[in-house]
Amino acid sequence: MALIEASAVTKVYQLGDIVVNALCTISLSIEKGEFIAIMGPSGSGKSTFMNILGCLDKPTKGRYLLEGIDVSNLNRDELANIRNKKIGFVFQGFNLLQRTSALENVELPMLYNGVSAEERRQKAAAALRAVGLEGRQNHYSTQLSGGEQQRVAIARALVNGAPIILADEPTGNLDTKTSTEIMRLLKKLNTESNITVILVTHETDIAAYSRRVIKFLDGCIVSDEHIS
Amino acid sequence: MVNIPSTMKISLRALKANKMRSSLTMLGIIIGVGAVITMLAVGTGARQEIAEQISSVGSNLLMILPGATTAGGVRMGAGTQSTLSMADAEAIKKECLAVSYVAPSHGGVAQVVYGNQNWSTGITGTTPDILYVREWYLSAGRPFTEQDVKSATKVCLLGQTVVDNLFGDINPVGKIIRIKNVPFTVLGTLESKGQSPTGQDQDDTIYIPVTTSQKKLFGTPFHGMVRIIMVKAKSTEDLNTAEKQITELLRQRHHIGQKQENDFTVRNLTQMMKVEEQSTKVMTLLLGIIASVSLLVGGIGIMNIMLVSVTERTREIGIRMAVGAKTWDIRLQFIIEALTLSLSGGFIGIVIGISSSEILSTVAGWTTIISLFSVILAFCFSALVGIFFGFYPAYKASLLNPVEALRYE
Repeated sequence: MALIEASAVTKVYQLGDIVVNALCTISLSIEKGEFIAIMGPSGSGKSTFMNILGCLDKPTKGRYLLEGIDVSNLNRDELANIRNKKIGFVFQGFNLLQRTSALENVELPMLYNGVSAEERRQKAAAALRAVGLEGRQNHYSTQLSGGEQQRVAIARALVNGAPIILADEPTGNLDTKTSTEIMRLLKKLNTESNITVILVTHETDIAAYSRRVIKFLDGCIVSDEHIS
Repeated sequence: MVNIPSTMKISLRALKANKMRSSLTMLGIIIGVGAVITMLAVGTGARQEIAEQISSVGSNLLMILPGATTAGGVRMGAGTQSTLSMADAEAIKKECLAVSYVAPSHGGVAQVVYGNQNWSTGITGTTPDILYVREWYLSAGRPFTEQDVKSATKVCLLGQTVVDNLFGDINPVGKIIRIKNVPFTVLGTLESKGQSPTGQDQDDTIYIPVTTSQKKLFGTPFHGMVRIIMVKAKSTEDLNTAEKQITELLRQRHHIGQKQENDFTVRNLTQMMKVEEQSTKVMTLLLGIIASVSLLVGGIGIMNIMLVSVTERTREIGIRMAVGAKTWDIRLQFIIEALTLSLSGGFIGIVIGISSSEILSTVAGWTTIISLFSVILAFCFSALVGIFFGFYPAYKASLLNPVEALRYE
């Protein structure tokens, strides 16, 4: 059974009188442990697709199975639960909470699934160690560099043991050197912990870290290549 | 399942981040709760004062005063005429069914001597009923009896002020005092009653049998004349009936024709005070309502600030949703924020309300009573305000679309 099984997924937005077909019929299957780069120009539907994959949005039509569960019929709270346990998000703008320490940012997903305070602290500290940020636990997000903030975000994505990391242009706000570090970290998580990484990028050298590149254009998949 | 302690921590941090804003929002609730408590304290105090006055005068009390004299077209004040008599008092007691006790009184001011001490005080000649009419009990000794009245015995009951001035620490019961040089045996002493509604010392008095006063101390222009008759009705409901019965009876006894004016007045003290009590009740209610309005305005302030806060923190809400916060996680976060504002505002408001009531009573001399009820009421009300006005912003926050919230700048 595939980890992700999207069959005939479409997304239509109604903006007043205008109907926008953000995604044409997309069918895709992703196996556990893949490292996928999604590429395409702005407005090609890759972000819309990522939102659906991440259970932040529901498809207009079609079926989306995540670990065999049909996610398209779940309600808000059930989707929140799936996001909490199965999916880690990494954003271009990091999206850490302000006035909150690195440790507390990493603890955040565990606030919503009943982990005790003590266990939260231990797990968050372990996740920060895993991304190479021990000793930075009590720094506020504003006191961290961009690369460090992105590492905190990756730690947050990992902390609940999610099998999937969805990264939307994770290096978009970073310089080349830091970008390389972040990509190496993601690669390491993929190979060592068998975490499925799906990332959106504009840059071919970032896409080069992946083993499968899916290209979007005007809401459709135009190519889907495995790189050896 | 919602993690309450962590949610509280988050809420508190958000409030701390905007100290100025939080404290100004709280100020609305502080003023509201403070006003409610102070106003209720003032109102309850006023009512209590009136209730005390009623009980110190004696409840269900009617006073019958003689009418005014008219001398050559000049009308003198009420009570200048001598029209009431012992016979009237006895007739009232016998014939007016709504009346339970009747105490006529006759007396004057006289110098009282015991040993080397002397004191000038009001002497009231009356009947044993006076103690029931005024609801006044003895602190020592025994009252005089109907027999004492019949035989005009020289016995007396002393008010506490008289005891203090003549006897000091000596037990006065059984001692002999001289009133206008006439020796009287002290039968008992009256409990202290304090000030009358008009500020007079009610304890500065001596009670003696009415006949003794008439025959041996002050004399009367005609046999059995009394100055005032005090009457206790059987119940508050009987007051008006008693007034009517007495008026009818006395008109008959005094041979007053259809069109003639009464030569006496019946005053209904209790009813006057009940009316006053009623109006204070209404005042308290009004003050409370006005104060509650300010509490309501404070609540709207909370809602306003919470709505701003939700908009400001749209992205934060998006992040929380992305990592798995459910509808009630988000709602509770904002409700707890609103609740924290309103409850801490309520708490400070209670402190301020209590201290301003204290200030009012010490500086302005008003009687203020802070009831536990009003404190609990104000606290619950502010909690309710927090939940009520916090819910809508919280509800709005929980309905945000996570995709849009994450994109919000």
